[in-house]
Amino acid sequence: MPIIPVNYYIFLSLALFAIGIVGVLTRRNAIIIFMCIELMLNAVNILLVAFSKMHHVAAYALDKTTTVGTEAQLFVFFIMVVAAAEVTVGLAIIVMLYRNIHSVDINFLNRLKH
Amino acid sequence: MHITEILFWILTALALFSALMVVSSDNPVHSVLWLILVFMAITGHYILMNAQFLAIVNMIVYAGAIMVLFLFVIMFMNLNKDSEPQKSVWLRLAAVVSGGSLLLILVAALKDNGGYINSMKGEGSIGLIKNLGNTLFTEYVVPFEISSILFLSAMVGAVVLGKKESSTPAA
Repeated sequence: MPIIPVNYYIFLSLALFAIGIVGVLTRRNAIIIFMCIELMLNAVNILLVAFSKMHHVAAYALDKTTTVGTEAQLFVFFIMVVAAAEVTVGLAIIVMLYRNIHSVDINFLNRLKH
Repeated sequence: MHITEILFWILTALALFSALMVVSSDNPVHSVLWLILVFMAITGHYILMNAQFLAIVNMIVYAGAIMVLFLFVIMFMNLNKDSEPQKSVWLRLAAVVSGGSLLLILVAALKDNGGYINSMKGEGSIGLIKNLGNTLFTEYVVPFEISSILFLSAMVGAVVLGKKESSTPAA
């Protein structure tokens, strides 16, 4: 039986999350920053599914009819639902910004500072 | 080495490489295409972990709908390599150093985890739509309905934000 330590999934998820953070910090294009936020959301989803699987495997060894781990997968489902709603509103905001300042460069978005 | 482990490493390498390309490519359209590849690798991971329903939803919602929306907006704004704003080298270096430090600290904090994931024969039906739907429509029916209200408000918000206002002067 193949055994994968849950550590590997934790490290994968953390690496994806850190790459997303680096993307948010390095880029100036608002759409790319938004995409990096999606990347971070997906890193968290991987982690939730991995933990769901880990607990299910542990419970399945004792009881063959267990449904432990269902909640985490539903949680991921709700995260996807919220992410889809968030993307529509976020992209609408970016389109509105583009219409007003004719750019998606976040360095032009500092008027609230003054 | 079992086939599951080989697939795990291939998908992990694909996901990390594509994620790096998302961050580093100059053309926003290329970034979107690499991000689709990241989502496909993540879908493969879901299948490896017996989350079949989530794999399909991830494929349809993320790699399909959301990424098409991003691609549509980018092409609508006619963004390309020439119009891409760049930060200075020092800012980028500082960002990479801080992101790497965060990764280092999180790995150091979470590395002592003894859990494991193995695939037993006959196990792996919790990710199927039968089990998930049963729980979703009995135990979690209120959050499900609330999410429909969330979608409705998001739709109204997107329409309100995207509407062209003729009375407002251009800022």
